[in-house]
Amino acid sequence: MIPEFGQLALALALCLALVQGTLPLVGAALGRADWMALARPAAAGQFVFVAMAFGALVYAFLSDDFSVLFVAQHSNSALPVFYKATAAWGGHEGSMLLWIVVLAFWTMAVAAGSRSQPQEFASRVLGVLGIVSAGVIAFAFFTSNPFMRLIPAPADGNDLNPLLQDPGMIFHPPTLYMGYVGVAVPFAFAVAALLTGRLDKDWAKWTRPWTVGAWIFLTAGITLGSWWAYYELGWGGWWFWDPVENSSFMPWLMATALLHSLAVTERRGIFKSWTVLLAIAAFSLSLLGTFLTRTGVMISVHAFASDPTRGLFILALLAFFTGGSLLLYAMRARNFEAEGGFKLVSRESFLLANNVLLVVAAGVVLFGTLAPLIVEALGLGTISVGPPYFNLMFLLPALPLVALIGVGMHTGWRSMPGDALVRRLRVPAVAGVVLGIATPFVFFDTASVLTVLAVSIALWVCASSLLDPIRRLVYRTGAPLTRGQVGMHLAHFGVGIFMLGATVTSAYNMERDFSARPGDTIAAGGYEFVFKSIREVQGPNFVAEEGEFELRSSGELVALLNPQIRTYQVQGSAMTEAAIDANGLRDVFVALGEPLGEGAWSVRLRVKPLIGFLWIGSALMALGGLVAITDRRYRVAARETRQGAAQPAPGAA
Amino acid sequence: MKKLARVLALWLGLAACAFAAGSQQSFDDPALEARYRALISEIRCPKCLNESIAESNAPVAADLRREVRRLIGEGASDDEVKTFLSSRYGEFVLYRPRLSPTTAVVWAAPLAFLVLGGIVFWRILAAKRHQPLDEEPLP
Amino acid sequence: MLRYLAPLAIFVVIGVFFYIGLGRNPNNVPSPLVGKPVPTFSLPSVTNPSETVSNSALAGRVALVNVWGTWCVECRHEHAFLVELSRAGMPIFGLNVRDDRAAAIDWLDRLGNPYVSSGFDPDGIAAIDWGVTGAPETFLIGSDGTILHKHISPLTARVWQDDFLPILREHCGASDCPFLAAVGGR
Repeated sequence: MIPEFGQLALALALCLALVQGTLPLVGAALGRADWMALARPAAAGQFVFVAMAFGALVYAFLSDDFSVLFVAQHSNSALPVFYKATAAWGGHEGSMLLWIVVLAFWTMAVAAGSRSQPQEFASRVLGVLGIVSAGVIAFAFFTSNPFMRLIPAPADGNDLNPLLQDPGMIFHPPTLYMGYVGVAVPFAFAVAALLTGRLDKDWAKWTRPWTVGAWIFLTAGITLGSWWAYYELGWGGWWFWDPVENSSFMPWLMATALLHSLAVTERRGIFKSWTVLLAIAAFSLSLLGTFLTRTGVMISVHAFASDPTRGLFILALLAFFTGGSLLLYAMRARNFEAEGGFKLVSRESFLLANNVLLVVAAGVVLFGTLAPLIVEALGLGTISVGPPYFNLMFLLPALPLVALIGVGMHTGWRSMPGDALVRRLRVPAVAGVVLGIATPFVFFDTASVLTVLAVSIALWVCASSLLDPIRRLVYRTGAPLTRGQVGMHLAHFGVGIFMLGATVTSAYNMERDFSARPGDTIAAGGYEFVFKSIREVQGPNFVAEEGEFELRSSGELVALLNPQIRTYQVQGSAMTEAAIDANGLRDVFVALGEPLGEGAWSVRLRVKPLIGFLWIGSALMALGGLVAITDRRYRVAARETRQGAAQPAPGAA
Repeated sequence: MKKLARVLALWLGLAACAFAAGSQQSFDDPALEARYRALISEIRCPKCLNESIAESNAPVAADLRREVRRLIGEGASDDEVKTFLSSRYGEFVLYRPRLSPTTAVVWAAPLAFLVLGGIVFWRILAAKRHQPLDEEPLP
Repeated sequence: MLRYLAPLAIFVVIGVFFYIGLGRNPNNVPSPLVGKPVPTFSLPSVTNPSETVSNSALAGRVALVNVWGTWCVECRHEHAFLVELSRAGMPIFGLNVRDDRAAAIDWLDRLGNPYVSSGFDPDGIAAIDWGVTGAPETFLIGSDGTILHKHISPLTARVWQDDFLPILREHCGASDCPFLAAVGGR
């Protein structure tokens, strides 16, 4: 009963999305206020029904309703309750429903926050979001329905993929989707501007907080995924340039460029074409991600069901939204040409370079991801493009970009004397270079040119980000920093920390595999690993061999580590749970491999210096965004919105 | 079905046991060990969903790790190891595409993008330099 | 106008490649051994350890080489068809990988033995020379010792009809393939 109810709710949501996606847009074109006014209630109704549909699915999981095919495929009566609920997004159909819920949520938020905007524009934004919703709900309803029944119902389900039975896996998809789907908002704003034929500083001011909001979630979501892969997959890697990982990274790159480009549009009213294109690109790459993950076009561990029929539907959506908006751009963007000059040494110039380099970076990632597909489609053979390619090629735009961040932060708008800039930055620059050359050698004995270069740039950015805050706090010179500026410095500092972590952990990590028996002591990476024992443990839905290791440094006990090899009974698959000791400056990582016979086990040991900086750096970036979004000008705008809502807006009714 | 899965897991486990022993000894020479580590992270597991043979738990990955170890131990160069594998499994199995007329484009493209980006930057800057700076005073 | 159309043009080109990509299966990686001579191998036979299976057994005749193992669920699916083929006169050689000899012999006893002989390769060493990634895989060998075709996944009547027979017909002279009519060639 409940699943059918969910199905019905989804169908009703589709109808409301269609209403939301057509009438307000037509109303805006014709000037019909009553049709434009339908946008908000339609959005609200769609959200209610979508939430009910999702609730029905979660209910089916929690009540062990194995007559629902999706539940039977992804759950089991022995599955812990927490995972039963989160299994709702453990497969293609359910995760599409999550996509839809998140989109409805953002739409509601935009509807609530748009009261200070002219109705014509606001109804266009909601209208575009309505079309997106309708397209995706239609896709889910007709090709990927989570409420399909399985008759006769099996006695028990197939269990959730053991890889997903993990706390990190609970938070990664919703967080990522909040970002992934959230870039639909700036997309809607951009298309609305193209439809209205007007894009001004106000538009940039409205669009920017939504962009930063989505960006924060995207940053957090990608980081969670990377962190999860690191501790869960058992081999110590944290980024593999897998097509699905790239699909989340490219929208992030574009969203980063977008939020910076919006700064210029907001301030000077220029870079309008850039901003519109970046908004379209960010959402298009997000849709592309959906395409790559769910259609079997690329091989990936992350890939969901590979079904070419679904693929055609998504390709059609992609063609409609990306092709449509780019066509609109080709027709209307000429109206956005704006005068506004700047010199070589100016913030605009650096932000232009920022835009260019981020687009190049996204282009490199996109090209590398699609190259095997293109080469094969052209009949030129089958190649693979993987980490060796990306790790090197990505640095081409990335290193100059990060280096320029350190300079760009301190530039003035329109024009600035070059020597003043140099004078200001001398100290952090020298500090960065000197420390960059010294520290690798001091801590690690050897360093390659690339390592020294990357560490120098990272330290330079950190120092440059701290320059203004320190001057104002310690020397009390200049005006107090706004939250926007604090956020900027924090986020850029986070970039430096991240880069430092990435460089050091890649260059200096220790990886060794050993064969060991209980009682053995292995000396590696400056530590001693004492293999004490191995025993069998019982989990709720798995049986595990658990090893007990003592981590010692010069004989002193540092930590106890208990890696496991779990065998999940239902699917029969084996999973390794690594044991990690993290102390902020390094992670020590122990994982069990296969039993080697005669009581010996294969043991994987890793020591990863500064890997924590990856997570800390990303958290600082997200935090910076959060601080920036609470800047006074947005709080003032929000207050105005609430006041505006209390009075009827001019032109309504 | 469950019983079959358990039997299958048992066979795979036994199979892995029998051959893992040989593949777990490290090289005494750290340089060889480093080469081995670097190589296996660049060889793609031919049967997996985008994993290197370093990460994969598949039996074919274990076999290939053993082969790479054997070849390095016998003195083969990195290139010879890669040729050995690609002549049997195709270029598909190399995550670092080897230079050929086709892959030359793949390797050159990022640099071309960067150059193109540079050109775009200079052209826009050239235009904007000559436009008025606006009436607002400089901050 | 041109620079405003550029993004759309780029998207259309990429879109075309996606469309083409949808029709292809990226897991079907062609084998580089097709068109090359059979790799050199010499393995003890599964059924009789003192016998050897090697290149000499394949020399001068058209044959199939089938990779199998008792651990391989899908091999069971194709086994009946292989038995049928062998009875019709198609020479089939087996490559038994990563298996237990006793279990393999038992399997052949119970399910029938379609193989002229089967090489026992418990460590998968010869399998690597053949570019084997798992089972079941089947190679079609020409009378000149060249690998004509490689098929991954179970060999079914459909696959035989669509993929193997056309190649067989093209390759076969009367003396090489006396069985051709029996296996559906004419």
